[in-house]
Amino acid sequence: MSDKKRYTNIGQSIPKLDAVEKATGKAVYPQDIKLPGMLCGKILWSKHPHAEILEIDPNEAEKLPGVKAVITAKDMAPTRLGFAQDNPPLKGDRVRSLRDEVAAVAAVDEDTAEQALEMIKVKYKPLPAVFDPEEAMRDGAPQIHAKAEGNRNKLHYAFEEGDVKAAKAESDVVIKHRFKLPWVKHCCLAPHSCVASWDENGKLTMYSPTQVPFLYQRDLAKVLQIPPSLIRVIQPKIGGAFGGKLDLYPNEVICAVLAKKAGQPVKLTYTREEEFKCPPSRQTVIVDFEMGAKKDGTLTFRDVFSILDNGAYTSWGATIPYVMMHPVTSLYKCKNIRFDTAIIYTNNMYSGAMRGYGNPQGTFVVERMMDILAEKLGMDALELRLKNCNQPHEVTPQGLKVTTCGLRECLETVAERLDWKNKRRRPQKGTLRRGVGLASYFHVGGGARVYRSDGCGAIVKVDDYGHVTLITGSTEIGTGTETVLAQITAEELGVRAEDITVINNDTSIKPWDVGIHASRTTFIAGNAARQAAAKVKVKILKTASELLGESEDDLEINDRKVYSKKNSAKTLEIGKVIRRAHFREHGQTFMAEAFYDPPTEMEDKDCRGNISMTYGFGTQGAEVEVDTETGQVRILKMVTANDVGRAINPMLLEGQLEGGLSMGIGYALLEKLVVEKGEVLNPSFLDYKIPTVKDMPPSEIVLVETDDPAGPYGAKGIAESGTIPTAAAIGNAVANALGFHLFELPLHPEVVLKSIKDHQVKGD
Amino acid sequence: MKHRVKLRVNGQDFEVLVKAKTTLVDLLRDELGLTGTNKGCGTGECGACTVLMNGSAVNSCLVLAVDADGAEITTIEGLAHEGHLDPLQQAFVDQGAIQCGFCTPGMILVAKDFLEKNPHPKDEDYQTAISGNLCRCTGYIKIVKAIKKVAESER
Repeated sequence: MSDKKRYTNIGQSIPKLDAVEKATGKAVYPQDIKLPGMLCGKILWSKHPHAEILEIDPNEAEKLPGVKAVITAKDMAPTRLGFAQDNPPLKGDRVRSLRDEVAAVAAVDEDTAEQALEMIKVKYKPLPAVFDPEEAMRDGAPQIHAKAEGNRNKLHYAFEEGDVKAAKAESDVVIKHRFKLPWVKHCCLAPHSCVASWDENGKLTMYSPTQVPFLYQRDLAKVLQIPPSLIRVIQPKIGGAFGGKLDLYPNEVICAVLAKKAGQPVKLTYTREEEFKCPPSRQTVIVDFEMGAKKDGTLTFRDVFSILDNGAYTSWGATIPYVMMHPVTSLYKCKNIRFDTAIIYTNNMYSGAMRGYGNPQGTFVVERMMDILAEKLGMDALELRLKNCNQPHEVTPQGLKVTTCGLRECLETVAERLDWKNKRRRPQKGTLRRGVGLASYFHVGGGARVYRSDGCGAIVKVDDYGHVTLITGSTEIGTGTETVLAQITAEELGVRAEDITVINNDTSIKPWDVGIHASRTTFIAGNAARQAAAKVKVKILKTASELLGESEDDLEINDRKVYSKKNSAKTLEIGKVIRRAHFREHGQTFMAEAFYDPPTEMEDKDCRGNISMTYGFGTQGAEVEVDTETGQVRILKMVTANDVGRAINPMLLEGQLEGGLSMGIGYALLEKLVVEKGEVLNPSFLDYKIPTVKDMPPSEIVLVETDDPAGPYGAKGIAESGTIPTAAAIGNAVANALGFHLFELPLHPEVVLKSIKDHQVKGD
Repeated sequence: MKHRVKLRVNGQDFEVLVKAKTTLVDLLRDELGLTGTNKGCGTGECGACTVLMNGSAVNSCLVLAVDADGAEITTIEGLAHEGHLDPLQQAFVDQGAIQCGFCTPGMILVAKDFLEKNPHPKDEDYQTAISGNLCRCTGYIKIVKAIKKVAESER
């Protein structure tokens, strides 16, 4: 791009601003915090997946030397957490899953806290439980919440556009399949940890790895029944989030209540086993998908019904259809759509949000169906996609307004680099069989108005020495947002990214932001930072114009200096301009704020509305080799091409795409929480496999720049997209290698082997 | 009953009283305040707590503090010298090998051990060397690149 050259900071692969402190061990995560008198908190979990609590007797535990507080539901107001307000932080009369909080202890050390937990006596009356969402929907199934008839969560996502029935009748080919996707876990390397500390004035400071500090502050205040202004949220370094820290969870409330009762700060850190079992996970989904096309490949309709295991309580897991719907309605052009869901309570652990929200699930089923449809049509799977490819300025059935769209280029690039023409062949014979597959994504790239505000505030201050501070509402979870925001601010102000200090981790300092989710931070917080920087720049130029005797229009800032475009000898360092303006009569300091809230719409009750300023597109391709004797799938190569708008920092951008790829490979081949009767049977990295370095294939990453007009310097959000189409691309490649289809994830060797044997029996 | 453990950490001698069950990672973090060593699982599955013990990389959560008596330990805090980062630290920074950073200290130390014992590694050696250290953020690609960069520059 021609104007790229004139940028000093945009497009530069500068290292993350916090990389050195992380490389030297100086970074402080919540688990590293040590406050005077700080105690260790521990939670007592339920012994039953469904039971009445008859009695909790904490007396013995309270007497144990070193125990400073024991709490039960009686120590709290009867408040509840979550979107549906159905989750008491401590369960008083009933437990509904094995990860239910029954009591908690704060003690001088971990050993004492653990010993005290064993001394709390709880009497339960076990109740019949149900763990399968389809069973839970049946008449006579144990009812988990009194108000939820048939165990149906009252949240319901349904969308309809066009005439599905007529389109089906007019289709030349119709296919219908059922898919089943697994429970999976975020597996942040840092187990969840938080610290609560109350002062003498009743003010609470929470050190929390939350992704949504301001919503957290509001929700925590509500459940503790104190004004939000009494809560300060400090976000230490966050050791991974991936959507797993998007809600307020019981452990953080418990930590605050323990600290209040003990009168001392409390730290509550999960063990790895707790980390696997207790925070909400991406849930299992059953999808029935029917889809049709004309002979020439024109898509006619999609009809999708999903059953989601909500688990025992409602967190963001219940809302994932909201995003799962996007690829169903909007990835490739299709006019007639029906999408419906049943979100079902069970006695499993409750479900939550995870990177990509419902999009990896939705994309998996859409893109697997596209391949099966191509096969039925006798058409090349790439050609089918290109025929129905999204285009710039298209409005999708949900009313999502596409602006820039590089999908066609992404598809073609991936196909070329995969050598699609030669390698996408008929299934082979023999033990080792190779195949290629590809899949694309459609995801929000310009924020997502899922709350009334999708905004972020920014304050830019330039000091007497020309040093710049950006105070942003946004949060850094490892993705590199603070570095990218520094680059954007620096570019706008005519300084260097290294001149910028970013403050982003304290609600008592930073302006409001809705949180780090939906790949929104570069786009939303980036626009906010850019606007605040532009306002400061105007002030600087105004003062400089007085000092230099030049018109403001003739002045520019570059490389930390104001200079005259007419006479390059006339220059002033920014710091000097500011000092002059500061130390004079009626002096001033240089600061500006901006709040960027994009002009988007919330989806209405019928799931229509343009929720994002722009949308991200991309394609991934996989070449695999399947060992038909062992069922093992080996990925030989991955290629990914992504419409990123503009790469502000190509190195960090690639890092997001590579990390996403690895998470997608885990989803495709390795990861599954084995849940039996509500119990997670594999709560360790030995038994729940995430990709190691050896699972990563050679990967090619291609950035397609479409220079989005609404993005800061043209950028779109991309942090989730790398993980969205991976499982579908791999699934398609495996089907290409084998010549038949699998309808579940992960593609564990035993699943693949069983499927091979079933087909051999059938003589396929 | 507590046990007296003498050990040398990052070139400094310490004498600490520990319980029999105390692990090296807890001694480093809780007794010596060296919180750069991160505890990701406590059961030797993730590698985040890797330190060098008598010159070899170990999961410090699998070493009892009493077994570290007399040992020489290097943690991530001991790698930089006089304000200069170790070449591995610098390469991790420059190559974008760090995201959330929780695995980083362990990853750097395991790489340190690897390059010291294997100064001319073959391509597949890199993968074997760090296969016991998990990272959820980066997909490992830039981590391998950073380690390679150091190996190649020292050639």
